[in-house]
Amino acid sequence: MDKFKKVGNKLLKSQGLEALSASVIAAVCGLIVGLIIMLIVNPSQAFAGLGSILKGGFNGGFAGVGNVLYYAAPIIMTGLSVGFAFKTGLFNIGAPGQYTMGLFCSLYVSFMFQNVIPSSMLWVCALLAGMIGGMIWGAIPGLFKAYLNVNEVITSIMTNYIGMFLVDMLVKGNITMFNINEARTRAMPESANIPKFGLDSIFPGSTVNGGIIIAAIIAVLIYIVLFKTTFGFELRACGSNKTGAKYAGVNEKRTIVMSMIIAGGLAGIGGALLIQAGASNTYEPVNVLAVNGFNGIAVALLGASNPIGIVFAGAFFAHLQRGGFYLQLQNFKPEIIDIIIGVIIYFSSFALIIKSLFPQLFTFLKFKKNIEDTTAKTVEKTIEVEIEKNTNDKSGEV
Amino acid sequence: MDVFYLIFQQTMMVAMAILVVALGGMFSERSGVVNIALDGIMIIGAFCGMFFIKMMQSAGSTMNPQIMLLCAMLVAAVAGLIYSMLLAFASVHMKADQTIGGTALNMIAPALCIFTARTFLGAKNIEITQNFFIRDGDLWLSKIPVIGDLFFSNTYITIYVGIAIWAVVLFVLYKTKFGLRLRACGEHPQAADSVGINVYRMRYIGVGLSGVLAGIGGLMFVLTTVGSFGGTVNGYGFLAVAVLIFGQWKPVGILFAAIFFALMGQIGSFYPTIPFLADLPIPGDVYRMLPYVATLVVLAFTSKKSRAPKAVGVPYDKGKR
Repeated sequence: MDKFKKVGNKLLKSQGLEALSASVIAAVCGLIVGLIIMLIVNPSQAFAGLGSILKGGFNGGFAGVGNVLYYAAPIIMTGLSVGFAFKTGLFNIGAPGQYTMGLFCSLYVSFMFQNVIPSSMLWVCALLAGMIGGMIWGAIPGLFKAYLNVNEVITSIMTNYIGMFLVDMLVKGNITMFNINEARTRAMPESANIPKFGLDSIFPGSTVNGGIIIAAIIAVLIYIVLFKTTFGFELRACGSNKTGAKYAGVNEKRTIVMSMIIAGGLAGIGGALLIQAGASNTYEPVNVLAVNGFNGIAVALLGASNPIGIVFAGAFFAHLQRGGFYLQLQNFKPEIIDIIIGVIIYFSSFALIIKSLFPQLFTFLKFKKNIEDTTAKTVEKTIEVEIEKNTNDKSGEV
Repeated sequence: MDVFYLIFQQTMMVAMAILVVALGGMFSERSGVVNIALDGIMIIGAFCGMFFIKMMQSAGSTMNPQIMLLCAMLVAAVAGLIYSMLLAFASVHMKADQTIGGTALNMIAPALCIFTARTFLGAKNIEITQNFFIRDGDLWLSKIPVIGDLFFSNTYITIYVGIAIWAVVLFVLYKTKFGLRLRACGEHPQAADSVGINVYRMRYIGVGLSGVLAGIGGLMFVLTTVGSFGGTVNGYGFLAVAVLIFGQWKPVGILFAAIFFALMGQIGSFYPTIPFLADLPIPGDVYRMLPYVATLVVLAFTSKKSRAPKAVGVPYDKGKR
């Protein structure tokens, strides 16, 4: 019995669970705000609306779930990108630019080399090209940060805009890719589409493709790199204490650049996954930053920067977004989902603090109960010790 | 010469908007709170200001347009103040990561504005009747040679507001007790606290002022450059953060940085009217990239000696030494 308690306690106190419960608190807060907004706008439909959001992709049955997976793949990748940089103490807000660059490189290789590369290999090459495009775009803020001491947030915001304009310019200037009459690119060559790996028979009638499997595999790889290799340890050491890591002999400049390059590559794959998904095989150069890049920030935060957490967070956001699609049946505007996602990030920025208030409340309640229940003296004593310790700590602070 | 005047007038409109927003960011960062939410606050300010103008105009108000614009700026300021309190609460009381909190506000703002506009107006864009423009000859000052053309014709009242705000900020930051205290909180909050300054309150005020100014700046930007509100300020809030860094967190530096960036931005939109640029076989997207590329280049050269307020981005903890 004691052993069970021990294991249970260990589980409860583990960081993963703490992060999970913080994310759940943030998500619930976001949904509550969404409900309040719906109650203000149209009280009679509000709860039906909340139902639509919660049901999300399930509104559409199996095909709906397939669509959720299709939407999830790119934002899992941008989420991994942002989360990976977070682990190194960098805020990669440049995911939209890297994503767009990856998308472009994938497009470029698919169109320009479709007669050179064997058609069975085209999708792999295009995907790798997307990764390289993202890597190059991620390297810029990394180099600026490491060698020129420029805050990576500012540089990556700038590279977002530069990347967007650059890609739009390059797309519009390329006759092979660009269809001037429709003001968008031509449809990707069929052979550049990612194979479905049999998913289409599980989710018939949906836009699902192999992208979600690729994203999940990459997430596992990133998990291994971060937590099971020396390189990953160096990255995380740099993230938690830069000077400490430097003292221990970590080349922190190289680590910063490497981290941004990998983060960029991940976002680039995200862009490639979208354009090679088959269902969204054209790109429209209209000078708009890639929304999926910004959603990656939300995904990474909700997933607590843990690669496995990010996969589930990405699926959750895709689920919400599909919910927003069905929400229009209740006559609500789908932007409410973006508000909810924003609110979730807002709360997740201090969710750990909200959560840390719970045990205090818990101890307080327990304490009260124990005064009434005199038999549980041992517990009372431990609490007393705790309180004494607390007061000692407090007096030490002053 | 006409082209020169046109570009100068346009540059001033944008420069004053960026200036006001960046000055807002300065208040926040000088008090020790990173404010990356400037973009979102601008959007909220612009939305509320434009919504106010739209409501007044559709109610058939006969108010003098210039006074109406000033009232709209006031509305934008209040909206910005309220919205910025979300950031202040998260970063001061909840000790949250300020960059993440700010990013969240940046994501909420456009969604909230578009949602509200679509729900209550039925359309994403807020279109208004443009009668705020000060034409050539509207003011007798425009008859002054050169200066009249530069500052008093084909312009908006916003540029005078911008200049006035700059002067007031300069005075407040360096010549008042409040300014000194605010700066102290961004450099060494523990020291400030030890002499009886309420750091939490100063940071709330710092973020609040940034909300007020960013709200006004958002309306200035949208009204003078786009003329209708479509749920975005084209990332100029982020540009304002860059201006703030380039200007070294000082009002005078920020003024010049804002003018520089506005000029770069205007070349992007006016290159077809500039004779020698129009002849060059360069796609328009290159010019549109200019302000952002310029930011990167400038930051690369200035950042080595860049010195941010020391305590910026660090939540204040009384127990820490």
